[in-house]
Amino acid sequence: MNLEVFLFYAFAVLAIGSALLVVSLKNTARALFLFFITLFSMAGLFLFALADFVAITQIMVYVGGVLILMIFAFMLSNKELLADLQNISGSFISLPNWQSLLLALGFFAVILLGLKEWNNDMPDWMLSNIKSGDIISPNDNNIHQLGIKFMTQYVLPFEVISIFLLMALIGAAHLSRKEDTQ
Amino acid sequence: MITLTHFLVVSACIFCIGLYTVIAKRNAIMILIGIELMINAAILNFVAFSKYDKINYGGQVFALFAIVLAAASVAVGLAIILNVYRHYKTINPDNITDLRD
Repeated sequence: MNLEVFLFYAFAVLAIGSALLVVSLKNTARALFLFFITLFSMAGLFLFALADFVAITQIMVYVGGVLILMIFAFMLSNKELLADLQNISGSFISLPNWQSLLLALGFFAVILLGLKEWNNDMPDWMLSNIKSGDIISPNDNNIHQLGIKFMTQYVLPFEVISIFLLMALIGAAHLSRKEDTQ
Repeated sequence: MITLTHFLVVSACIFCIGLYTVIAKRNAIMILIGIELMINAAILNFVAFSKYDKINYGGQVFALFAIVLAAASVAVGLAIILNVYRHYKTINPDNITDLRD
């Protein structure tokens, strides 16, 4: 077993194991901090698919932005919210634990069955790319190519997504403002 | 050699853990975390298939778009959760039953 495969399995075990711990922990603050580890190891897995820029963006946006936002919202809200979160008596959202476990495992079984049926016959575009050698290799300059693609081929989705992000941020700031007291 | 199937199995595991979180948890922040796990599994699939697409880079470009969409959804979702808490004094989705004041 060479080093690459060993590292891939290490990251995969880290991601799945910490995701399982996030689900099973009762304490929401601990679960939030464990979610860091899941996202970091997912970024590591992106590296093995030779997507270095996506991995860096994952670390910057998720770990640097989204999680800090979650922890701020969690800590800045008042003490009763914290107590309310940890006190998990009362009814479930919709389903008891064993039913949702059954549902999730059933869905997993369906996906695995689909993978088994898939049998590694690749779609046509993949076969033709493999034949002509158009596969990303470790010493390609990905970021350079991505920048060119963003500004030429994908410029319309890029503009749409930037307007959408602006709208979402303005909406979030508007929703979370203080109500005027009158 | 790491094949495509390795990535697909890992992302199926992460997706099902996220699904379990969304169904079983009782507070809105954990449900948001479950949705993030599912989005991350989808991004892993995008990236894994993008390895075979050097001409268009479609998978990596749309993985970046998906990350931006997830960030926007978290910002709006947390603002809504805080507002709901201010109104109802709880974030258990079971107890939130009205749309109007």
